[in-house]
Amino acid sequence: MTAFRALLFRELRLALRGGGDMLTLVLFFVIVGAVVPFAVGPDRELLARIAPGIVWIAAFLAMLLGLDRLFRPDHEDGSLILLRQAELPLSMVIVAKLIVHWLVSAVPLIIASPLLAVLLSMEGDALWRTIVSLLLGTPALAAFGAVGAAVTVSIRRGGLIAPILIAPLSIPVLIFGTGSITATQSSAAMLFLAALSLMALALSPFAAALAISSAED
Amino acid sequence: MTPWHPFAPLTLRATGLSWGRGGMALGEEVSFSVTAGQCLLLRGPNGTGKTTLLLTLAGIVAPLEGAFAIEGADEEQSLLHYCGHRNAIKPRLTVGENLSFWAEVNGPTGIATTAALDEVGLGHLADLDAGYLSAGQSRRLALARLLVSHRPLWLLDEPTAALDSEGHALVTRLIDRHLDQGGFAIAATHDPITLPDLSRMETLVLGGQT
Repeated sequence: MTAFRALLFRELRLALRGGGDMLTLVLFFVIVGAVVPFAVGPDRELLARIAPGIVWIAAFLAMLLGLDRLFRPDHEDGSLILLRQAELPLSMVIVAKLIVHWLVSAVPLIIASPLLAVLLSMEGDALWRTIVSLLLGTPALAAFGAVGAAVTVSIRRGGLIAPILIAPLSIPVLIFGTGSITATQSSAAMLFLAALSLMALALSPFAAALAISSAED
Repeated sequence: MTPWHPFAPLTLRATGLSWGRGGMALGEEVSFSVTAGQCLLLRGPNGTGKTTLLLTLAGIVAPLEGAFAIEGADEEQSLLHYCGHRNAIKPRLTVGENLSFWAEVNGPTGIATTAALDEVGLGHLADLDAGYLSAGQSRRLALARLLVSHRPLWLLDEPTAALDSEGHALVTRLIDRHLDQGGFAIAATHDPITLPDLSRMETLVLGGQT
């Protein structure tokens, strides 16, 4: 347990001391959403209708952006090899990294999402549903992302390949994510979203650990 | 501070071991054994598979043929330290934070982090951002990691790389003390490491003129 906690704190420290990265993700998220009104024109009704989709696309893209620093720095400086001799299994190492990855790349987006909702002229009720759906769905995006990042960790410039690998996996998250913001059947979609997240979180550490241990071979 | 304690007598035995990368064998099969209190030096020109052999023994690369085992060991324990080319040091964390992270992750069973930093000559730099360390200082920090967690087998890949002559003496001293405590080590090196007691050293030459 001390090993797990040490890993959590180390990842958090590294993320917070490189604070610029976190701000970049949030700005990227807001900007992707903010350019849409310029592209589709200032039609408030149209905007309100497509806003859930835009929020989720922006969140999806912003989370892809942070994927490359999940395992690559540790792979490059040799930490990843050493972590395999640690007092905790590699899958637990990945769980710790995944938790911190979600905290530093998804939570800031969720906090910034009301700003985006205002820019896209969402109503008050939809705003709450946006926050809840992001809370429920981003763990799945992070978990799928971890698998993609693990598979591509030994490939130079693999950072560009990981998003292509995980895009198909993320489609259900986007479908139920936007579904839980639009009013009809939103609670059913939220349950699906939560189920997706739980499943992804339970399975991805093992998949990612397998990918990393075969990457060196 | 946890006191040093001797290890149970262990033996690493490899029989007919063939290793390589991507299915291509590097060199011919070897058989060797290293017991507690011994240091095996791997010598040989570049590209003869010294690093890959160490990675194989560390369980990171699967052997192509043959097998190796550490005899007399408790299965559950992590038995080895691997110290590779890359020092696994994070910039943005201080020297002390880097070391105590590895101490906690590998189990703080060795000497205290401050004592380990003093030992490798970095005691006065504990609060410095590790990104500012020179190549030799980074190497010293990597060596300090071997001291804070107590493990019987050291796999050292060019432990003296980037170190000054005092650093060479440090490596020799650390290995010698490790053997005293019943540990054992396998080191791939181009610089000759000479322990005070020559009977403890063995040399395995890889890729010799066949």
